[in-house]
Amino acid sequence: MPQGMGELLLNGIFETMYMTIVSTVISYIIGIPLGVIVYITDTNGICKNRVVNFITGTIINIVRSIPFLILLVAIMPFTRLVVGTSIGSTATIVPLIVAAVPFIARMVESSLKEIDGGIIEAAKAMGSSTLQIVTKVLIPEAKPSLMVGGTIAFATILGYSAMAGFVGGGGLGAIATNYGYYRYHTDVMLITVALLVLIVQIFQEVGLKLVNKVDKRIK
Amino acid sequence: MIRFDNVSKKFNTKSGEVVAANHVNLQIEDGEIFGIIGFSGAGKSTLVRHINLLEYPTEGSIYIDDVDITKVSNKELRRYRQKIGMIFQQFNLLEQRNVTGNIMYPLEIAGVKKTEAKKRVEELLHIVGMEDKAAAYPSQLSGGQKQRVAIARALATNPDVLLCDEATSALDPITTRSILELLKDINKKLNVTIVVITHEMKVVEQICDRVAVMSAGNIEEIGTVREVFMNPKSETARKLIIPEETNLVSHTDRDVLRIVFDGQSAFEPIVSSLTIECQTMVNILGANTENIGGKAYGQMLIELPGDPDKVQKIKDYLDRQGIHYERGR
Repeated sequence: MPQGMGELLLNGIFETMYMTIVSTVISYIIGIPLGVIVYITDTNGICKNRVVNFITGTIINIVRSIPFLILLVAIMPFTRLVVGTSIGSTATIVPLIVAAVPFIARMVESSLKEIDGGIIEAAKAMGSSTLQIVTKVLIPEAKPSLMVGGTIAFATILGYSAMAGFVGGGGLGAIATNYGYYRYHTDVMLITVALLVLIVQIFQEVGLKLVNKVDKRIK
Repeated sequence: MIRFDNVSKKFNTKSGEVVAANHVNLQIEDGEIFGIIGFSGAGKSTLVRHINLLEYPTEGSIYIDDVDITKVSNKELRRYRQKIGMIFQQFNLLEQRNVTGNIMYPLEIAGVKKTEAKKRVEELLHIVGMEDKAAAYPSQLSGGQKQRVAIARALATNPDVLLCDEATSALDPITTRSILELLKDINKKLNVTIVVITHEMKVVEQICDRVAVMSAGNIEEIGTVREVFMNPKSETARKLIIPEETNLVSHTDRDVLRIVFDGQSAFEPIVSSLTIECQTMVNILGANTENIGGKAYGQMLIELPGDPDKVQKIKDYLDRQGIHYERGR
């Protein structure tokens, strides 16, 4: 193993967590409203709007279809515009968000679809406005399911962030690529992969424990 | 007062146009318990959802206290809805909120201050007898308890009208009875107009003042519960009152008489007396009677003898006894 590896790996963990957490949070800030819009403008939704539904749905599908590596390279000019550089961890956050938002929007939509239509009808019958239904019924009722989605999104974004190593992004993925792939340090590669597995495992477990605690449907 | 003025509702489905309400004219008076009875798919739920405009009519108007609610703005409509409570077969409670949170919801929507709302929730919990479950979540409650919470929630904003959509259909007979008693109580004490949708004649008999019989989007007959029960005019009403599976009418070729008990003494052996007086045997094909406070309520289907003289004798006897009867088939 090359010298100074410990520090390098520690730094890698930090960078990976930074990219993944920031991307996940920002993606949710954009993805939740987008998912809500797609859900409520649907044919059976509380705010039916065929045009809005079609446009948002199509954009989501297009972005979701593009392979991440291609997206990463393709939006480099945009990345440079937003964060001033197209290399490094911060620069990787931009394509991570672009890739994760449509994916999260679809997950949010499917979480909302799990809510019993009767509950929404009851809320309507009580005189709720569309905004009140969204904030007081849809989001709180879907909270456990949204949190499950959150853990899935986190693991997916973590996987994407590792790919960023190929184009000069930072983090554990970059270490695995640079040392393991290009310089044949198999041990380094194995350690980084093990670290990635560990991070996913921890977040998954903690996430699901939290869901069980939050969900009032389970006795 | 709720008034349906020539209301029609049509749905376009893959299998063609479905008429859920067909030129319905109907008036529900303040303070009454009004039943809408019919088999599944008759359009009862759709019709009732016009009262709070969860369904918009394809044609016609709905008036609440002489205001055509199909013409009011969205904002006003929401205010109307706050004055119309609704409960459902599946309760439809917010599963992530506890009992207090659920009852609080309509008060939040109405912009009631938190301290005031808390006081109101306590009152409501008392009305429905659920004080000890204030912190429980819906998943920890039985069906009957959930419906009590739903009733409390529906009453939170002091509505003038309470709509009950098959509110007891998912409950067992004993729980059904207690929920119906509660609704009756609410009607009397709080003077709330109640509209009840059901497919069970028993529900109508227990709490309704008047009833409308519905089939395929049409109102087939409207009357007091007593009128409809004694003399059902429509085929649907007859079928609802005399369920085919509970009698043997279809197994006989003879004429059948339907005898209706309407508060006669339950201690009088009417059928035995009839056989002795008329010197003829009668075959009971089906019956459902209830003894309420020593008085008999219900009906009995008897097979008539072939001899027309004996039939006349039986009818004369029933007339003398003041017992209502009609052709059972």
